[in-house]
Amino acid sequence: MRTNKIELKNIRKGFNSNKGLLQVVEDVSLTVGDGEFVAIVGPSGCGKSTLMNMIAGFTQSDSGSILIDGAPRTKPSPKGILISQHGSIFPWLTVQQNLMFGLNDHPRADKQGVADHYAAMVGLKGFENSYPHELSGGMLKRAELARAFAVKPEILYMDEPFSALDALMNLRMRNELLRILAEERHTVMLITHDVEEAIHLADRIMVLSPRPTKIQATFIVDLPHPRKLTSPEVQELRVAILHELGVDRNAD
Amino acid sequence: MNKLKRIAPALAVIALLLAAWWFTVIQTHSVIFPTPWQVVTGTLELINDGTLWIHIGASLMRVGIGFGLAVLVAVPLGLWLGWVKGAYITLNPLFQILRPISPIAWIPIAILWFGVGNESPIFLIFISSVFPMVVQTTAGVHTIERRYLRAAENFGVSRYTLFRQVVVPATLPQIIVGMRIGLGVAWLVVVAAEMIALHSGLGYLIIDSRNAGNRYDLVIAGMIIIGLIGLMLDGVMRLLEGLKSVRWRYAH
Ligand SMILES: Nc1ncnc2c1ncn2[C@@H]1O[C@H](COP(=O)(O)OP(=O)(O)O)[C@@H](O)[C@H]1O
Ligand SMILES: [Mg+2]
Repeated sequence: MRTNKIELKNIRKGFNSNKGLLQVVEDVSLTVGDGEFVAIVGPSGCGKSTLMNMIAGFTQSDSGSILIDGAPRTKPSPKGILISQHGSIFPWLTVQQNLMFGLNDHPRADKQGVADHYAAMVGLKGFENSYPHELSGGMLKRAELARAFAVKPEILYMDEPFSALDALMNLRMRNELLRILAEERHTVMLITHDVEEAIHLADRIMVLSPRPTKIQATFIVDLPHPRKLTSPEVQELRVAILHELGVDRNAD
Repeated sequence: MNKLKRIAPALAVIALLLAAWWFTVIQTHSVIFPTPWQVVTGTLELINDGTLWIHIGASLMRVGIGFGLAVLVAVPLGLWLGWVKGAYITLNPLFQILRPISPIAWIPIAILWFGVGNESPIFLIFISSVFPMVVQTTAGVHTIERRYLRAAENFGVSRYTLFRQVVVPATLPQIIVGMRIGLGVAWLVVVAAEMIALHSGLGYLIIDSRNAGNRYDLVIAGMIIIGLIGLMLDGVMRLLEGLKSVRWRYAH
């Protein structure tokens, strides 16, 4: 039995709006094992990002508890890096300066070495001194991954990280992520509305209900990597998850 | 060649205006209003006896000191107001009241406090350029996108790194906009300030030329020189917008 890296107990969260309290997260409990890759899928607007922001420490829950390595989570820390849809690579810093950003306690020469190592790992060799506006969307995502990996986080929180990319680039980035994770194992929580992406990447998939959200179903993806997305097992799982989401396969 | 084509219409308008001016002066047999040629000879006269450089130098020196002091005060103050909410709430209303007061209205107070030497115009330049720069800098901090601040928070960097690598560079394009506005205002104000009780500067040149024998050729020469130097100062500020570290703001 693996130890619990992340543990959520009865998390609830609502927002005050002019129409009164908007309950977003109803009652969510879950655990994520050390080194596990968990995906959370749910309809848009159900509260996925709200949940992720609480786990990563950016907002507080109304009730319930969030434990990381058994200790209550209080605020964001480099132990868990959040990568979100819109990206947050600093446009005023070069790629190398971005990758060095989180490496405060290293000496300078060391920082550059680490930054260049991770730039090379994601295929950005030769672009260390470029500014983000000179890069394509896919390269920006690579830079974002490299910046996160450079601080050796124990957990990666990914909130629809590849959804702004076109289909081809999305697929490429997934393979890239799997390749890096094979080299450096991290615990990953991925939020997505793309069922195929979840099956491609995750060890376990949780399906969230519409708002106010709770966990509606859990699926184990017991398939070895590299996964063949056209295989019958994948298709079967896909149908089952889409069914949980209330989406008929023919209508998809 | 292309460049010539671009500025040709502007040159044509100026030429037309000069022709109309010349024609009108000759037609009306004006003895006071000079022809363009008289303005040229007047300018040469100022160049030859060396007074032109003295006046230009005096004006630029006052603007340099007043504007320089204003930058030194406005940038840190604007960053502080933008970052510390309590400071903003406390001081912003005061600035909003002070800002619309024309620098001309400060003249009596400037004379009362600083007399009729160099300090008065420097004070007026400072007062007039400091407010737009504070306002722009503060607005720059307020418009830093949340995703960047959250990323910085996530990586757990020191306050120093946060300011040096995120807040200041993110605000820099707005600071430069503020400096452009501030220097423009400073150049407007120095001329007005020099018309009072001073004995050098382009403002003094204009008012003195009128008072000492209706030398309107020199008045107009002074006006044109003021316009040209103002254009050059703005050009210098626009060079700052081309800096590598702020170009991200203008890309796309
Ligand atoms: N800070 C907030 N204040 C008020 N309402 C919010 C806030 N954040 C999210 N919401 C609301 O909560 C719901 C879920 O949002 P979100 O978690 O972003 O959904 P998802 O990521 O699943 O698409 C939405 O209806 C949204 O309008
Ligand atoms: Mg979301």
